[in-house]
Amino acid sequence: MSAAAPNLFQQQAANRRRTTWLVIGFVLFFAWLGFGGDFILARYTAGAEPGAYHHTGPWIGILVTVVAAIMAAYAYRTGPEKVMWATGAREIDTPRTDDERQLVNVVEEMAIAAGLPRPRVWIVPDPDPNAFATGRDPQHSHVAVTEGLLAKLNRDELQAVVAHEMGHIKNFDVRLMTTLAALVGAVLLIQDGVWRVLRGGPRLGGGGGGRGGKKSDAGPLIALLLVVWVLSWLLAPLITQLLAVSVSRKREYLADAMGAQFTRNPLALAAALEKIEHSHEPTLAIKRGAAHLCIADPLGRRLTNREGFLADAFATHPPMAMRIARLKGMGYAQLKRESGQTA
Amino acid sequence: MWVFLIVGVAVVLWVIVAYNGLISLKNQTVNAFKQIDVQLKRRHDLIPNLVSAVKGAMDFERGTLEAVIQARNQAVQIPHSGPENMKQIGKAESALTGALSRLMVVVEQYPQLKATANVGQLQEELTSTENKISFARQLYNDTATQYNTKQQQFPTNLVAGLAKAAPSDLWEIEDQGERAVPKVDFSMNPQLANPAAPPRISKPQA
Repeated sequence: MSAAAPNLFQQQAANRRRTTWLVIGFVLFFAWLGFGGDFILARYTAGAEPGAYHHTGPWIGILVTVVAAIMAAYAYRTGPEKVMWATGAREIDTPRTDDERQLVNVVEEMAIAAGLPRPRVWIVPDPDPNAFATGRDPQHSHVAVTEGLLAKLNRDELQAVVAHEMGHIKNFDVRLMTTLAALVGAVLLIQDGVWRVLRGGPRLGGGGGGRGGKKSDAGPLIALLLVVWVLSWLLAPLITQLLAVSVSRKREYLADAMGAQFTRNPLALAAALEKIEHSHEPTLAIKRGAAHLCIADPLGRRLTNREGFLADAFATHPPMAMRIARLKGMGYAQLKRESGQTA
Repeated sequence: MWVFLIVGVAVVLWVIVAYNGLISLKNQTVNAFKQIDVQLKRRHDLIPNLVSAVKGAMDFERGTLEAVIQARNQAVQIPHSGPENMKQIGKAESALTGALSRLMVVVEQYPQLKATANVGQLQEELTSTENKISFARQLYNDTATQYNTKQQQFPTNLVAGLAKAAPSDLWEIEDQGERAVPKVDFSMNPQLANPAAPPRISKPQA
């Protein structure tokens, strides 16, 4: 008897599955860019005359892997602190006002519900309602909310937003998204480097290709693969970015469902999202790099009503209307179950 | 020959993984129970402050206050050694919850009392403590359900005996009275508070 609206655990499972596939796709695309190219070049140059260039080892694959690993390690070590510092947030050690006390209490409550240690609590001086989480792992995590959020939401709604952020923390989303962003950066860096080398010294980069252009006996299939591979490199920044933001959108749905699990009150998160949605202005304090960590897109892009292909393809967050609709679905499924029990 | 060796190694590896999974869940369940305890202790420590803050202003509601103090003293006396005492603890804490919500209903009727900063703060602390208790119970019930399901499911049930796994009791509301107690809402904007907010404790399935 499955209703139209899947319950929150089914939504969690579905979003986890989709993320897994997307990440597998990401890794395969990277392997294709690196080791795939090595294989093609090795086959392509195998038949060349003895003096010509022979591609003998997986050098491109090793280069791509090493660059990506260095960038990921760097982002991972410096990322969380940098994000917090860039927003100008202040940490709440000992709460002074009623609002601060309530925030700290709510964060403590949600840490208990999630079964995690309490994250450090920060307030960002910005009138636009927004919130984000960061930190390497659940043991070193931070939750920040803006002053606007504290002013506009009631206790239940604040709790729901914090629960969403605890969902990100529990799912290691900061680590996942930081890694993906570093991989996108690695592709950009390598592409840029190769482009400079090709322009600077054509003999160095173009040498192999130029001589290989004289049809070796590698066959048309290998030549076609080579063309596809070069095209993949040209389109790589676009493709990796699209994959990364679609992972981000799945993680937002997942964090919504996790938040609903912690509070058992999905309608409060729906109400909070409606309020956040109705304040139009962008969150100026939060820079672009941290967009995927926020509860709502800090750039205030208005992509709320349709999940169109182009409008939506580059958004870090799913359309607000979709998120609210899913949360309401969970809420009504819950109400129905409870009223069915007492009747 | 090789096939048997590979199958044997795979079986041994699986037993290790399944055994460790059960042990980890068992410890998580015990830990989740301890978290309820921590929060209940917070609640017991908070009540004397609350009572002394409102005592002066409500001499004529002595009965309500006394009920809270009595229920608190009874709850404190129960030894919190582990999940075995759960039924007893549950009963005492339910009584305390009932007495506390009656007190808070009374406090709501005295605007001049609510206006005192101290009482306002204590109200927030009490709301938060009550929430923490129910979230700790929710986590315990979720973890214990996971543990119980795991040890009953095939094929993990084959190693359940080895891991000395026994089903954990879920935390249920003891007396029917508590379910009927109206939920007191201390949120900042009462008109926006969500009436659909369900009780945080998972209901026992009939």
